[in-house]
Amino acid sequence: MRDKQIEDLKDYKYGFSTDIESFKAPKGLNEDVIKFISNIKKEPKWLLDWRLKAFERLKVLKEPDWQKPKYPKIDYQDLYYYSAPKSFKDKPKSLDELDPKLLETYQKLGIPLNEQKRLNGIAVDAVFDSVSVATTFKETLTKQGIIFCSISEAVQKHPELVKKYLGTVIPLTDHFFATLNSAVFTDGSFVYIPPGVRCPMELSTYFRINASDTGQFERTLIIADKGSYVSYLEGCTAPMRDENQLHAANVELIALDDAEIKYSTVQNWYPGDKDGKGGIYNFVTKRGLCKGKNSKISWTQVETGSAITWKYPSCILKGDNSIGEFYSIAITNNHQKADTGTKMIHLGKNTKSKIISKGISAGFSDMTYRGLVDISPKATNSNNFTQCDSLLMGNKCGAHTVPYIKNKNSDSNIAHEATTSKISEEQLHYCQQRGLNPEEAVGLIVNGFCKEVLQQLPMEFAVEAQKLVGISLEGSVG
Amino acid sequence: MEEQLKIDFEKKLKDFSYSDQEKKFKETNFKEFLKQGFPNRKLENWKFSDLNQIIKSNIGELTFYNDYKKENQIDKIELISELEHNKIIIVDGKIEKIDFKFEDKDKIEVLVEQGEETIKENINSLINLNNAFSNKFCKIIIKKNYSLKKPLVIYHSTNKNTQSKNTNSRIDFKLEENACLRLIDIFKENSEKNFLNIYYNFQLDKSSILKNYKIDKSINNNVKYSYNNVKQETNSISETFILSSGSKFFKNEINCDLLGQHSSAFVNGIFDLDEENHHEIKSNINHLVENTKSYQLVKSVLEKKSKAVYQGKIFVNSEAQKTDGYQLSNAILLSENSEFNAKPELEIYADDVKCSHGSSSGSLDENSIFYLMSRGLNYQEAKKLLINGFLLDVIEKITDEEIKNLIKNLLGVKE
Repeated sequence: MRDKQIEDLKDYKYGFSTDIESFKAPKGLNEDVIKFISNIKKEPKWLLDWRLKAFERLKVLKEPDWQKPKYPKIDYQDLYYYSAPKSFKDKPKSLDELDPKLLETYQKLGIPLNEQKRLNGIAVDAVFDSVSVATTFKETLTKQGIIFCSISEAVQKHPELVKKYLGTVIPLTDHFFATLNSAVFTDGSFVYIPPGVRCPMELSTYFRINASDTGQFERTLIIADKGSYVSYLEGCTAPMRDENQLHAANVELIALDDAEIKYSTVQNWYPGDKDGKGGIYNFVTKRGLCKGKNSKISWTQVETGSAITWKYPSCILKGDNSIGEFYSIAITNNHQKADTGTKMIHLGKNTKSKIISKGISAGFSDMTYRGLVDISPKATNSNNFTQCDSLLMGNKCGAHTVPYIKNKNSDSNIAHEATTSKISEEQLHYCQQRGLNPEEAVGLIVNGFCKEVLQQLPMEFAVEAQKLVGISLEGSVG
Repeated sequence: MEEQLKIDFEKKLKDFSYSDQEKKFKETNFKEFLKQGFPNRKLENWKFSDLNQIIKSNIGELTFYNDYKKENQIDKIELISELEHNKIIIVDGKIEKIDFKFEDKDKIEVLVEQGEETIKENINSLINLNNAFSNKFCKIIIKKNYSLKKPLVIYHSTNKNTQSKNTNSRIDFKLEENACLRLIDIFKENSEKNFLNIYYNFQLDKSSILKNYKIDKSINNNVKYSYNNVKQETNSISETFILSSGSKFFKNEINCDLLGQHSSAFVNGIFDLDEENHHEIKSNINHLVENTKSYQLVKSVLEKKSKAVYQGKIFVNSEAQKTDGYQLSNAILLSENSEFNAKPELEIYADDVKCSHGSSSGSLDENSIFYLMSRGLNYQEAKKLLINGFLLDVIEKITDEEIKNLIKNLLGVKE
């Protein structure tokens, strides 16, 4: 039974592409395309100006090249910056008006958009190529004053909130990919939790790149007002294509006084085939700002997909007593490459951060943990604990750890530990003695290795993630 | 600066009659340095210590030419009296004296070379600078099965009126099979605001042992850089201990290539910094074959506005199975203006390895102080006792008893 399951899953099961006529902006990156995007989304003038300002800045910026995984130069003029299913030119009012093929796609992905069929009550915002296609459970959320919609909709309906917070965590003048996103971002999710509200359900976004030659540039903005709480999930897939596709998203989180944001990602973009052809370049900028006192931001990520993953979800701990957490599992197999980690920037007093990172590399892959812990002179009595462990399977792969540790405050403590090893023969032997085959044994041990992080995920995601961990390592043993 | 460099380099070339090959060697290195200049923070290795900036703010304009024709006075240099030793005295980058009086003459060979080799690898611009401006450099060969009876002490010094100068020195060592060398570097400068650039090459043949202790204790306003390049064959052992304390700025770089099976490298260090001193240790341990071992331990005690940086890297290539690599750095920040930066790095391509690193930094443990004070010590005594214990960990790693005691005395650490 399990064998069959694995057989089904062995190949990238989200690798289908959907035949939906799409409506694209002309290829290339220039002011006209930016105006085109802004125009089609009926954006106010301030936002267009903001985009153009980012574009001006982009001309000066150079693509960074300090990362470990190198990639062939991307021709930014040869990409579509906007792609939308044609039937979306006039956005559907309800789910009934949705293109049935689109609904089918999301069914295949296991994202039921049809609310009635949902049992476990997760509000979903699905993003297809460049546009958000549907947001579920709107009414329940609205009752509590929670705003959960696509960012384009938020620009129209809540411009004051967007204007106030957009770009406050990731400024226009940030690095190349973040600025590129600021100039051409198409859609994404917007969440606002009013003061004192505890969001009653998990909010979730599902991203999918469908059209070829497209880059996906979504932008997510989550604001948790005083004393509120939200848990947000993000999942991603893409069809199998021979060429590499670019995904450069920006995610901004803002937690005000006593607020808490929990952001979980299960990233399963198409990783390319066994020889490393094709796959997504996942160059994402994720940053959270603990603006208020006693606020907390927690990142959890399970990174199994993408040809190259290059991201550092970060926390800026500005408010006194604020807390930042980062839990990560990154798995690379075949020719996948990952350079991921986090940044914890302590600015406020009594701030605490915790980093748990588990890396597993197999096949010909290469994995790097790169992290920064920076305690500024004013961050008295701050604490950081970092643990990053790597597991290697085979001698064709690599695992690297590059932590940067800066302590400028004598009342603060930083502790960092890292280990690299392989699965011990004894452990394998023990499991096999008790009737598990080698693959099951490895699966069991790896799951144990990742447990600390998997526990942080919400239930539904934890199950999916656990399966993904098994699948990603398929064929790497023996 | 470029003008000054060119003038000084011309002078340098005129001083000696170099062969064409030597001239070419010097010129290639000079051009490379002109191209790159002093390292700045844009280079990953110099991220935490911008040498360009440090030279500018501490020295100002540097000159590069040293007149090596006139004799330097060496009798003013204070020698270590605690232990008998062989010595090499370097003043302003020039080797003034080589004295192996305790050793068998036929077991040690000293060659004077002019730099005939062409550059095989470009290490960094400071090595280029060294190659371009250093005087004749020595190659010291310790013959097969010979271990030196007494340690060799190298004194690094400057002349009284040497100021705002860059001095360069280079010594190559070759330890033949089963040879053993204990080497102590001592820094005693007679002038301020100079930039000392020191470059050592070590070739460790089968089963040889090198113990290198670098002691930078006397307080001075000089900027220093030292690069140790160690190549190790089967069964060889290298032990490096760095006491980094007195200079304004000091960066010690250790590059260890473990080329033979069962070779091992140990790098231990202490930062004992005060005032506005800024010191760095950068290690690169390259595990290139099976069954090699490395161990690194660095402890820092930081006062006032001092800053310590530790960048330790363990590299394991895909053939180097059964590697054992360990690295630990601890820092105690005693003042709110002190700063500790670390970048412990692992780059691993083999799966059957045991590599780990740990790093911690923080203040003195209040509970321990409370414990000691409740037993009758005053705050200062309690603090001193704790720091002693903290540093003793590293000192105890020194395998040579004589030198261990010497360093304990220097630091005032008692058991």
